[in-house]
Amino acid sequence: MSKPRVAIFDFACCEGCQLQIVNMEEEILDLVSVVEPVEWREAMSDHSEEYTIAIVEGSITRPADEERLKEIRGRAAILIALGACATTGGVNKLKNRFGLDDVKHCVYGNSGDMPHLDTAPTKALDEVVKVDYKVHGCPINNKELAHIIRCLLIGKQPTIPTYPVCVECKMKGNICRYEYKEICLGPITRAGCEAKCPSGGFWCFGCRGYVDNPNVNAAQDIMKYYGKTVADLRGRMLLFGSKQEHTI
Amino acid sequence: MSKKIDINVRHVTRIEGHGNIVLKASDGTIEKLEWQVPEAPRFFEAMVRGRLWSAIQVIVSRICGICSVSHSLASIKAVEDAMGVQISEQTNKLRMLAHYGEQLQSHALHVGYLVAPDLLGAKSVVPLASSHPDAVKTVVAIHRAANQWIELIGGRATHPVSFKIGGFGKLPTEAELTGLKRSLEDTIPKLQIVADLVLSLANKLPNFERKTEYIALVEPGRYPFYHGHIGSTDVPSMVDIHDFELVANEYVLPQSTAKWAKWHRDSYAVGALARYNLNADYLMPLAAKTAKAFGLKKGCCNPYMNSVAQLIESVQVVERALRFIDELLDAGIKQETPHVTPRAGVGVGAVEAPRGILFHRYAFDEDGRCMSANICIPTNQNHGNIQKDFEALVPQIMDRSQDEIRQMLEMLVRAYDPCVSCSTHYLDVKFV
Repeated sequence: MSKPRVAIFDFACCEGCQLQIVNMEEEILDLVSVVEPVEWREAMSDHSEEYTIAIVEGSITRPADEERLKEIRGRAAILIALGACATTGGVNKLKNRFGLDDVKHCVYGNSGDMPHLDTAPTKALDEVVKVDYKVHGCPINNKELAHIIRCLLIGKQPTIPTYPVCVECKMKGNICRYEYKEICLGPITRAGCEAKCPSGGFWCFGCRGYVDNPNVNAAQDIMKYYGKTVADLRGRMLLFGSKQEHTI
Repeated sequence: MSKKIDINVRHVTRIEGHGNIVLKASDGTIEKLEWQVPEAPRFFEAMVRGRLWSAIQVIVSRICGICSVSHSLASIKAVEDAMGVQISEQTNKLRMLAHYGEQLQSHALHVGYLVAPDLLGAKSVVPLASSHPDAVKTVVAIHRAANQWIELIGGRATHPVSFKIGGFGKLPTEAELTGLKRSLEDTIPKLQIVADLVLSLANKLPNFERKTEYIALVEPGRYPFYHGHIGSTDVPSMVDIHDFELVANEYVLPQSTAKWAKWHRDSYAVGALARYNLNADYLMPLAAKTAKAFGLKKGCCNPYMNSVAQLIESVQVVERALRFIDELLDAGIKQETPHVTPRAGVGVGAVEAPRGILFHRYAFDEDGRCMSANICIPTNQNHGNIQKDFEALVPQIMDRSQDEIRQMLEMLVRAYDPCVSCSTHYLDVKFV
């Protein structure tokens, strides 16, 4: 069986999720034995227009980028959105809370009207094209990416957690961030990150998007118990959830 | 003999972000020569407005995946400056320790994965895994050690989570620090192997010099990455980091969505070679020995030597880190609770990101909400210098084949280790 050809592309992002591919270290060599990387601008000088799997990082912020994404989609049998910028719009969606003229002039001053600085409202990939798989997170968990690719190769549906970060956080034995008088999005955010942020002493900021069917009542109880409000929680959701519907 | 050159490299490979090279020339006359930056701007300075002091680091860390520790720390320093937060010596040392880890991670990635293929005549590190397996394994081992180092102190290698305003959310244990010490001791001979390999290939680095102003943090008697004032190779005096806008003088050009910068000349350079040219007298012994092996002189104006300076710095940060770990272990790790009372104010933070000096400035209202921001990134300070290098280099190599010229221009861009996604968002422009 010939190895599936994989191409990696990026749009508006920090390229930190591609870095998580590099951070697989020796495991990349194992991956390269089962898939053939044919284009990856950040790491390789090779170019190709023939690939089966496209892995795409970043948000779409310009009409020309929409066209480029559609071309990629047209060539790829499978398109994987890599990381929060691609799956939900990530922090890039904070821009959509302001007028486009305002953000351009805020950053570029009087030059903000120059045509090459033009920008459109930030979109996640699935607002432009069909996305087959989403690797959530900012950054992604590279073990989850490896799992998805493995499943793809053997024709199995990957398992993405449908429970909240609190589950993984409790399994790590962490003290709840609410005990530190912090507002943490763990109760409503999709797990799969191994609760990296609360384990490292920081509140969850919801980078993996909302869990399916969150236990809204329990989340509200937590708010009440710790003297916080749902408005506090919503304020925190803005960072990575500016596009998503409120679940609480 | 009439000769036409038509080079149009769309999206230079093996760099972070998107950049183009355009060269059109006929019969020895350059018609167009541009370093273009078409990266989609992300408007971070606009996006942080209205967000709380405690969330700024979460947002701006996302400016760059490779130097997220530097962005986190620069923003944390700026918030602490604005709110008058004092930190302990333990916090100071642990932050510097994590920041050294990022230098090694980034330099190993750049020299080992992105530049090495040029020196060994390959298109990427993938074929090198079979042609030079031991070298690749050594680089992978260094890269992994650096990531584990950052993760131990920062909680995560990319977009760290343990840094907090005023201190740490989670501290490493003394046993973990002892483990890190062993890992770093094992890393030194590996760095030596990579240095020897690069030294054996150093003749592949083009010999090109152009008088350049270099800018980096300076601190008397030290080779700083985290503290200090702004120094320049053009003037002996230092500038306080609060006045960084006087140094960067940013401006916008049609060929770039990133701003460009200049101070005493048409352009200046930042990064490992800039730090070396300003601070080489204060290298640790093994780093100084590595520098001597390469014959890298303070004042070197060959941009291709930036990769060599990165190698020297890789040794430097490991040596410095080992000393810090000993000091931390001698003092013992103490639990501390960060305490911050938000207040209105303006603050500035500066650090040396792996690619060069990085500035963050924020203004906050009395509730600690961000009112405005200005972030000045190393790569935007280098864009103008890349263009000026192009203009000096191309006339010297016009007689070579088009492919060779293209290769040299690509290598030049790569030598600066540009981080283009970083560089496409600034504020407070001076217009030309």
